[in-house]
Parts: sequence; structure tokens; C-alpha cells
Amino acid sequence: MSDMINDNLDEEAPETGTLPLDAWHRERGGRMVEFAGYWMPVQYAGEGGGIIAEHLWTRSHAGLFDVSHMGQLEISGEGVEAALEAVLPIDLTTLKPGRQRYSLLLDENGGVLDDLMLTNAAHHYYMVVNGATKWDDIAHLREHLPDAITLTLLDEAALLALQGPEAAQALGRLGLVPMNAGWPSVGDMTFMDSGPFLWGEVPLRVSRSGYTGEDGYEISVPAEHVAAFVEALCAHPEVRPIGLGARDSLRLEAGLPLYGHDLSPETGPVEAGLTFAINKRRKSEGGFPGAGRVLAELADGTPRQRVGLLLDGRQAAREGAAVFAENQEVGVVTSGGFSPSLERPIAMAYVDAAQSAAGTALSIEVRGKRLAATVTPLPFVPHRYHRKGAAA
Amino acid sequence: MTRHYTQEHEWIEVEGDQATVGITDYAQGQLGDITFVELPALGASLSKGASASVVDSVKAASDVYSPVGGTVSEVNPALEDQPELVNSDAEGEGWLWRMTLADSAELAGLMDDAAYRAFVDSL
Repeated sequence: MSDMINDNLDEEAPETGTLPLDAWHRERGGRMVEFAGYWMPVQYAGEGGGIIAEHLWTRSHAGLFDVSHMGQLEISGEGVEAALEAVLPIDLTTLKPGRQRYSLLLDENGGVLDDLMLTNAAHHYYMVVNGATKWDDIAHLREHLPDAITLTLLDEAALLALQGPEAAQALGRLGLVPMNAGWPSVGDMTFMDSGPFLWGEVPLRVSRSGYTGEDGYEISVPAEHVAAFVEALCAHPEVRPIGLGARDSLRLEAGLPLYGHDLSPETGPVEAGLTFAINKRRKSEGGFPGAGRVLAELADGTPRQRVGLLLDGRQAAREGAAVFAENQEVGVVTSGGFSPSLERPIAMAYVDAAQSAAGTALSIEVRGKRLAATVTPLPFVPHRYHRKGAAA
Repeated sequence: MTRHYTQEHEWIEVEGDQATVGITDYAQGQLGDITFVELPALGASLSKGASASVVDSVKAASDVYSPVGGTVSEVNPALEDQPELVNSDAEGEGWLWRMTLADSAELAGLMDDAAYRAFVDSL
């Protein structure tokens, strides 16, 4: 067999780091693989373990993910709003304290350097960036932010995600207290709310967000307390630890792009279907990196578009597979795999705009065969975020 | 009957000039949940070490190589609807294909059970 043990091929790369929960994952039967420069659990052993079981558990209960490889940054200083608006296509006048928003780090050509979450934390901004890109992001931000702006990497903080329809009831039992008077409890928070909390004496930052399509939370925890915190969460019957494998299949079903696969400096936000990340005022005013290209593409469209593909049969198409309309090559798969919820293979691809309408019949070349596929609206599995004003 | 193993984690059980091939329990554990198995065509002529089958897991697709040369005489019909049999019983009901050996001398380079266990322990 080939490729099967590639988990182990990178073993002993000397620079691979360990995260605060490394020992905890190993005790729980986590199969550790090198990812974004760290040892991380791809799946867990034993009952309830395995990518499909962990995936389905998250969709029906609550899954606990360690995402401590991601970069957590604090950004502050005189003129921080203007400084951030110069590097991001975001409108900070509409981002109130206690709110978080998805944004993009773009290069001068409008290519995507990273996707990220930015929170207005009242006295500073809190940013979460991808693990594999965090060092480049810091260098880019340091280069483009004025000297008066302080950029701090929170490298003593772990980051967790608790995701699934039972996440709120599980976290609700931990008795977290909002630090700011009048700010909502974790149960009253709505999608993209974020605030500081106390768990006993331990300060946490909690946001109601995630990358699985489910309701849930992302929780920043001081590294020295994170093992006790995950033990407290996993004491509840709804909660099980979930590995990177299911994290990837969950985000794929949710139609969420993964940086380094569906997004790169070679992709722009318009063809990626991320125009919502170009905030309204910035669409009219511009003034962000790559604005020339992005505004032109908003007006005129793009030659290709990111789409969802539902495949016939059971064989999956993977990143790099060519997409065809009849015998003409019209695109390439950027993410693909088996959907545990739909029990069939799904993929995301960039295809020629003329072939991007829902219902278009295409095929994907996998190992010399053509697999039939149909363009399908994203997400593949409906999002279940706890949105403000929506019925509970 | 004698069972042999490859360093690529296939097993082959031989009786006379007939053999059954699958992937080892260790291999299925490493691959994780198996969602699809592409089997060789009946009558296909396989050479030793050639890619004969593809096992798709949630994570990745992996080639399965023929441990020896021969002709495919049967493929496991249960795997079309139940590829997960390779997870639950890799070295039994999750077999992949049967073949008529071209040259039983090719078996000589394969590992026996004890050698394979030692090989896996060394990984």
C-alpha cells in the first residue's frame, strides 16, 4: 500500500513543536501527526474514535477541538482602527465592542495571504490567524502597521473549539462569569459575539463561533489551565475530543474554505465567494491592499468561481484533480473527501464561470477515470449558527 | 494454507496456485475509516508490485500492490456496499481479490507472520 503511513513520514522533523495539551491528547488515545509545525491529534482511538464517528458526534452532540496551533494576536495603539483598515478590507466603524468578524489578509495583487477572525475587544483588537501562516502574517502585519501599533502574539494561550448542537448546554454548566457588567452569558451570546470571562479565577476569552457549520464556541485559555479546563468539559456526557480529520470533513461539508487548499495568494476573494468579507464601505471607498483588482472583479465578475461538487458513487476526488465539462478541462478540485453526513463524496473546486451554475453536470478525473459530479450550492450541510433574532 | 505479508502491508494467503489478497489489520488501523474500495478487473493480469486496487479512506486514497504476479479470479463482492468490512475484518471478510499465481517462487521474498509482526513493531 502507498501513502498510508504518510502520517509518520515527517516524524522526527526537529522543529515540530508540542502544544499545551500534547500529553492530554496522547493519554486520550490521540494519533498524533505533524500539522502546521506541531504535533496534533488527527483522530482518537477506542470507542467513539475515528474520523466518521467523531464527525457524526460533533453534528449531533458536542465535539472539543484543540486549535492551539492557530495564532492569537492582540493589536492595540493610537490609531489602531485606521491601521487595521489599511491592511484589511474591513469596516471597523460597524464592528462593535464584543463582536467578531471574518476578514482577509490580502496582498497588493488582491491574492489571499490568510483568512482570519478579528474581534473588537474594547481596549484592543484580538485576531486569530491560521497556524501554518502565522509567522508570515506577523511579519506582514509588522511591516505594514505603523510603529505606534503594538502587535503581541499570545503564545501562552491555548485555543479550543467546542462545536455542535449540545455545545451551549455543556459550556453553560461550567459557570463562566462575564468580566464586563451587562455583557451576555455564554448561553445568551449569539453568533460572532466575543467577550472575556472568568472560570473561577481563570480568565478566558470566549466567542460564539467556529469552523464546522455548527453552533458552538471558541475559547482561549491560559496554557497552564487548559488541561484542567478540557477535563472539566469532557466530564460532561455530551463532550468528546475530536481530531483534525473530522475538523476537515466538517468544514468541507459546511462549505468553508481552508487556507492553503481553497485559498492562497493565487486566489482572490471574489472568485473564492468571499465578497461578504469586503465590507460595504470598503467596496465603495477601496483603500485596502489589492483594492484595484477586487473592486474591478466585484463589478465585472471573475473568470472562475469556487463551487461545491456532489459526486456520484463512493469514490472521492482529492485536491488537484482536474474538472471537466464534456472533454474540456474547466477547473481543479481544491478540497475533496467523503462526507460522513451525506454518506457520499463531496468536493470544492474552482471552475470556469460558465460552468459554475448549480446543477451543471461536470466530471472529475481520478486515477484515469472520470467521476460524474454536479455543481451544488454551498454549504453541503446547512449551517446551524445561533444567530441573533433567530428562533432558538 | 500459508499466509505471507509484504512491507507495503498486504497479506496473501496461498493454497496451491490460488491466493487471496487483502490489507493487514495494521494497515486498516492506519488508514482509518474506509469509504470505498476499487477492485481489479476479473481476469486482469497483475505483476508483482503493480498497483492493483485503491482503498479510499476519509483522509486519503492509497494504492494496494499485488504481492505476487498472477491473474485475478475473483473480487470481494461485499465491498461494493460495505467497504467498512476492510476496517472491521481486514484479514478475513475484508479480503480484496483472489488470484491464480503466475510463479509461486515470487512468494519467497515475503514475510511470514512472525516477521511481519516484528516489522510492524519496528515502525
